[in-house]
Amino acid sequence: MTDLSIRADRVAALKAAAKERILILDGSWGVMFQKKKLTEADYRADRFADYDGQMKGNNDILCLTRPDLVAELHDAYFSAGADISETNTFSGTTIAQADYRLGEQDVWDINFEGARIGRQVADRWNAENPERPKFIAGSIGPLNVMLSMSSDVNDPGARKVTFDQVYAAYRQQVDALYQGGVDLFLIETITDTLNCKAALKAILDWRDEGHEELPIWISGTITDRSGRTLSGQTAEAFWNSIKHAKPFAVGFNCALGADLMRPHIAEMARIADTLVAAYPNAGLPNAMGEYDEEPHETGHALHEWAKDGLVNILGGCCGTTPDHIRHVADEVRGVAPRAIPERPKAMRLAGLEPFELA
Amino acid sequence: MRPVFVNIGERTNVTGSAKFKKLIVEGNFSEALSVARQQVEAGAQVIDVNMDEGLLDSEQAMITFLNLMAAEPDIARVPVMIDSSKWEVIEAGLKCVQGKAIVNSISMKEGEAKFIEQAKLCLRYGAAVVVMAFDEVGQADTAARKIEICEKAYGILVDKVGFPPEDIIFDPNIFAVATGIEEHDNYAVDFIEGTREIKKRCPYARISGGVSNVSFSFRGNEPVRRAIHSVFLYHAINAGMDMGIVNAGDLPVYDTLDPVLREAVEDVILNRPQRDPVQTNTERLVDMAPRYKGEKGAAQQVNLAWREGTVGERITHALVNGVTEFIEADTEEARLAAERPLHVIEGPLMDGMNVVGDLFGAGKMFLPQVVKSARVMKQAVAWLMPFMEAEKEGQVRKAAGKVLMATVKGDVHDIGKNIVGVVLQCNNYEVIDLGVMVPADRILEEAKKHEVDMIGLSGLITPSLDEMVFVAAEMERQGFDIPLLIGGATTSRTHTAVKIEPAYRRGPTTYVVDASRAVGVVSGLLSEGERDRIIGETRAEYVKVREQYARGQTVKARTPIGEARKRKFAIDWKGYAPPKPVFTGTRTFEPSLAELEPFIDWSPFFASWELIGRYPQILEDDVVGEAATDLYRDARVMLEKVIAEKWFGAKGVIGFWPAQAVEDDVVLYSDETRTVEIARLHTLRQQMDKGKGEGKANLALADFVAPVGGPADYVGGFAVTAGHGEDEIVKRFKDAGDDYSAIMASALADRLAEAFAEWLHHKARVELWGYAPEEGFDADALIGEKYVGIRPAPGYPAQPDHTEKGTLFRLLEAEAATGMLLTESFAMSPGAAVSGLYFSHPQSHYFGVGKIDFDQVEDYALRKGWDLATTERWLSPILNYDPLARARGEAA
Repeated sequence: MTDLSIRADRVAALKAAAKERILILDGSWGVMFQKKKLTEADYRADRFADYDGQMKGNNDILCLTRPDLVAELHDAYFSAGADISETNTFSGTTIAQADYRLGEQDVWDINFEGARIGRQVADRWNAENPERPKFIAGSIGPLNVMLSMSSDVNDPGARKVTFDQVYAAYRQQVDALYQGGVDLFLIETITDTLNCKAALKAILDWRDEGHEELPIWISGTITDRSGRTLSGQTAEAFWNSIKHAKPFAVGFNCALGADLMRPHIAEMARIADTLVAAYPNAGLPNAMGEYDEEPHETGHALHEWAKDGLVNILGGCCGTTPDHIRHVADEVRGVAPRAIPERPKAMRLAGLEPFELA
Repeated sequence: MRPVFVNIGERTNVTGSAKFKKLIVEGNFSEALSVARQQVEAGAQVIDVNMDEGLLDSEQAMITFLNLMAAEPDIARVPVMIDSSKWEVIEAGLKCVQGKAIVNSISMKEGEAKFIEQAKLCLRYGAAVVVMAFDEVGQADTAARKIEICEKAYGILVDKVGFPPEDIIFDPNIFAVATGIEEHDNYAVDFIEGTREIKKRCPYARISGGVSNVSFSFRGNEPVRRAIHSVFLYHAINAGMDMGIVNAGDLPVYDTLDPVLREAVEDVILNRPQRDPVQTNTERLVDMAPRYKGEKGAAQQVNLAWREGTVGERITHALVNGVTEFIEADTEEARLAAERPLHVIEGPLMDGMNVVGDLFGAGKMFLPQVVKSARVMKQAVAWLMPFMEAEKEGQVRKAAGKVLMATVKGDVHDIGKNIVGVVLQCNNYEVIDLGVMVPADRILEEAKKHEVDMIGLSGLITPSLDEMVFVAAEMERQGFDIPLLIGGATTSRTHTAVKIEPAYRRGPTTYVVDASRAVGVVSGLLSEGERDRIIGETRAEYVKVREQYARGQTVKARTPIGEARKRKFAIDWKGYAPPKPVFTGTRTFEPSLAELEPFIDWSPFFASWELIGRYPQILEDDVVGEAATDLYRDARVMLEKVIAEKWFGAKGVIGFWPAQAVEDDVVLYSDETRTVEIARLHTLRQQMDKGKGEGKANLALADFVAPVGGPADYVGGFAVTAGHGEDEIVKRFKDAGDDYSAIMASALADRLAEAFAEWLHHKARVELWGYAPEEGFDADALIGEKYVGIRPAPGYPAQPDHTEKGTLFRLLEAEAATGMLLTESFAMSPGAAVSGLYFSHPQSHYFGVGKIDFDQVEDYALRKGWDLATTERWLSPILNYDPLARARGEAA
C-alpha cells in the first residue's frame, strides 16, 4: 500500500505515474509574481526590514517573506492540473544570492522553507486525492558565473569560480531542499554543462553519504536558433556529457517557444534512454519583453509533441500561467507517453559536438 | 566491413612533442592552442592533452590549457583525452571539461582499492577511461598477462564499480620490437593476440595504445618507423584495436608500401620464422633500413626554384599550379609596387589568368586545375579588397561582362553550373549565381536589377527542359533581348534549337555543351565585332537542326501499342518461384560513410570534372592522367575528412511489396493475400520497330514481374541520400572563396549517394531479398552491373516518367524516413540522392523505352488519371510526335 506521506513511496508513485501518462509540470513563477505587483516591503518583510539595498526582484526570498504567495502559486498550478510543482528556489545558491549579499544561513533557509511550503501544499492535495499524487521538485537553477566560459573578454582562460566552489554551493542547496521535503531534484535552465556536472557530482556524492536516492531531472537550455547551449554544446553532446548521472528525466526548458524547441526535443527523444521532459516559454518575448502566446496555442503545440511520441513530461517556462498549464494538461490527457528507446551500446563522448565510436 | 579506427591527436602532449613542450614551458599558450587547432583540422577525432613535465606545474598547466581550449569552438568541438600519470592532474582536468572526456589512464598498479576509487571518480565526472594493463606485479608484457589483467580489471569495473562497459578502453601496452633482445621479439604479436582475446572476453570494451613505442629502436629513420607503424596498425586493427595515439595522417597506406620493406617489417612485427639463413629478422630490417631513409622526404621535397622569379612570374606560377601558400605575400609585394591596388588585378593577376585561360583553351590544363587557379585568384583579390575599399572608389573594377546563372525551378543539381561559374570568373566575368530551384520571375527580376549581359540556365533532370522553355518564353514576354545560354546534363543542341530558341525570338539562345566552351561562347556573344556574325551563324545552325529534327520525326515507324504488348518480353513463369524478401513493408538504414566508401564508382566522379575515362586507367592516361591523379588525391584527402568528421548524413529506406503485373502496370498489395491494392506502378513500353525474330521484344518494366495468376512475385523500392549537411559544407567553402573544395564536396556527396544505392542493392540481393546470398563483394563487378536483378530509377531510360517517383516516395514514406523531398519537378532534395525500383528476375535487364506514340500516350493518360496535355508535358522528351501539331490537328 502506497503511503504518500513517506518519501520513498512518493518516489515510487512518481516513477509509476510516468510509465502510465505524460506528467505535467507547473509553469512560470516570475510572471505570476509580477502580476501581484509586489513592493519592496513584500520582499523584505520583518526579517529583512533593515536590509541595505534593493531586495525587490529576488523572487526566491519570498519563500521567507511571503510564504503565503508561494503556497498560493503551488496551489494554483496543482489546481490547473500540474502533477509536479517546483520549489521557488531557482536562484537558491550562495553564489547566485551573493548579488543580494545574503549569507549562508539565509540561503539555506530559502531552500529549506521553499521545499517545506511546497511539501505542505502537496501533502494537502495528496491527502484529499491520493489517486492523483502531486510531487515537489527541488528547483536548482543556473548560476550567473560559468565554469566553461571566460569571465573576461581579454583573457579567454579566466574563470570567476572554480568547480569546487560551484560544487559546494550546489551541495548546500541540495541538502537544504532535501531536508525541506522535496521528492526529486530538477537541475534546470542549464547554460553551462560543466556547472551542471558540478551539481550532479554534488547530488551523487551526497547520496553516497547515505541519503536516499531521489530522482534527478536535468533540463538544459538551447539558447537560440544555433541549436546549442550557451556553452556551445549540441543536444546530443549535452546528453552524452550528463547521462552518467542516470537521470530520471532529461530535456530542455526556457529561451525558446514550442515551435523552435521542437527539433531539439525530438533529437533528445531519439537519443535519450530515459524520460524526456520539456517546458518551453510561451513563445518568444515581444518588444516589451512580454509573452503573447495564448494558453490554447501552447496547449495545441505541446499536444502535437505528445501525439508524435516525443515527450514524457510537459510544462511551461517563462510567460506561462496556470491557464497555459491547464490547456496543456487538457490537451495531452489520454495521450500515451513516449516509449523509452533502447540504444545500442557504444562509446559516446562529447566535446561541443558528440562523438560516437560505433 | 572495414574496422573504424579513431585517431587521437598526439601533438598536444609534452612527452610526445618537443615543440609543444617548449611552448608550454615558455608559457606560449596561444601558439600551443594553434597546435591543438591544427590537429583537429587534420582530422583528429579526440585530442590527447598531457602536461607531465618535470619543469612544469602540471596541474596548473592542465587547467590553463583546458580552459583556453574551451574558449575555441573549433577545438572544443572534439572530446578531450586527459592524459597524465598523476591522478591529481587528471582530476584537475576533469573539473575543466564540460563534455564527456576520456581519462588516460588508471590501472591496478597501486592495488585494487586505489583503482576502484579512481574509477568511481571518473564515473562521477562522467568520463570514459583508459585502463593500462598494469598491476602490482608490473606492466603486462606477454599476451597471457595482458589478457589476465584486463579481464580482471573489466570484472571489477563492471561488477563492483558499475562502470558502463562501453566506456572502458584497455591499453594493453605496446613495447618496442627489433631491439636486438630476443625476449622483445614477440612484443607486437603479444599486443595483437592480446587485443584479439581481450575484445572477445570483455564485451563492448575498446583497445587503444601508443603506437610509436613499437618502432622505438628505429629512431631517426622516420620512413622506416612509419612503415612499421603502418604494418603494426594493419594487423592490430584487424585484431580489434579501436584507437591509438598516432599521427595517422602521416602514415603510408599498407598496400602501397614497398613490398620488400613491407615483408621485412611484417617478419619483425609478426615475429615470423627467420627467412634468411644467417640474419635474424631484426638484423635483416636493420640492414635494410638505411636504404629507405629519406625516401619519403625526397618525394616531399617541394621544388621552390620558382620563388626566385619576378613577382609577376611568381603570381603566374601560383595561378597555373594552384598554389595558395605564397599568394598573399606575392600580391602584397605587387600592390606595394603598383600605383593602385586595382592595377594588381588588371596587371599581374589578369596576366596570370590569361595564361591559365590559354593553357585551358589549348587542352593543356583541365577543369580541376582551373578551379584551383580560381581559388588562388579569389584569395589574391580578397587580399586586395580592403585596400581598394580604402580608396573609396566605388567602382571596384570593370568586369568583362556580367553573367547571371541559375539552376531552374524544380531542380537542385548545380555542380556543372558552379564549374561554369568559376571558369567565367577566372576569365574576368562577374558571375551572379542565384543557386538552385530558382523560379523564372526571380531570374528575370535579378537580371534586370543587376543589368546583366546574359543569362545562363542549368538543369539536370528532364522536367527542367520545360522550365527552361518557360523561362525563355518569359524573357520574350518581358521584352528581354540579352543572350540566353543553356547547359546541363539533359539539355541538348536539338532541344535548345527545337524548343527553347523558338520561344525567345528577341535575343540569341545558345547551347553550351560543357564548361570548357563557356568562355568562348560568352566572349563571342559580348564581342562588338563578332557578336552579330556568331548570332547569325547560331541561328542558321538551329534552323538546320530543326529541319533535321522534323525530318527525323516523320520517318520513325512505331509499332502500335497493342502490337507492342503482344511482343512483350516473355518470361516463362511456369515452374519459376520468385524469391521472397525477408520482410514486406519498409526499413530504414543509416550506414556510416565509411561503410559506403568501398562502393564508390570513381569514373563518373572524373566525368563531373570533365575528365573522361575509366577509373583507374584514367590516372595513367597520357593526356589527362596528371590532372586526374591530382584530382583523385585531393578527393581522397577530402573523402577521409568527410568520413571521419561525418560531413554528410546518409539516410535511406528500402521497401518490398507483394506484386503482380497487370498488362503494363505493376500492382502492389498490402499483404500476402494479394487482395488490397496499395499502389500501382505504371511502366512504359518500347514502340520501336524491332523487326522480326526471336528475342526482339518490345520491353516494359512490367514484363519482369509475374502477372496476376502467375506465381507470387514481389517488387522492391528504395530511396537513399548522402546529402544531408552538404549545403552547409558547400556554403562554408564558397564563403571562404574555395570553389574547388565546394565543388569537390558536392561531387563526393553525389558519389556517396550512388555508393549508398549500390550498398543497399547489394544488401537487398544477399540479405533482404536474399536471392543471391552467395554473391561476393567486388566493387568492380558491382559497378560493371554484373549481378542479378536491376534497380531502374524513374526518370531514366527504362521508365522516363519522373512522376512515378511520387508513388515510390509515398510507398516508402521516404520523407519521414530519410528527410528527402521531391520538388515540383520530381527532383530529389538533397540533390545527392538516388531512388528506384528493384526487380529480382534473373532475366530482368536495363533498356531504354525510346520514343512512344500517341496511342500509348492516350492509354498512359487513362492509367495515370491525367488529361492528355499533362501526360504530354511529363512525357515530352520521349514523344514520337509534335504535341502542338497534334493539338492543332484535333482543333481543326
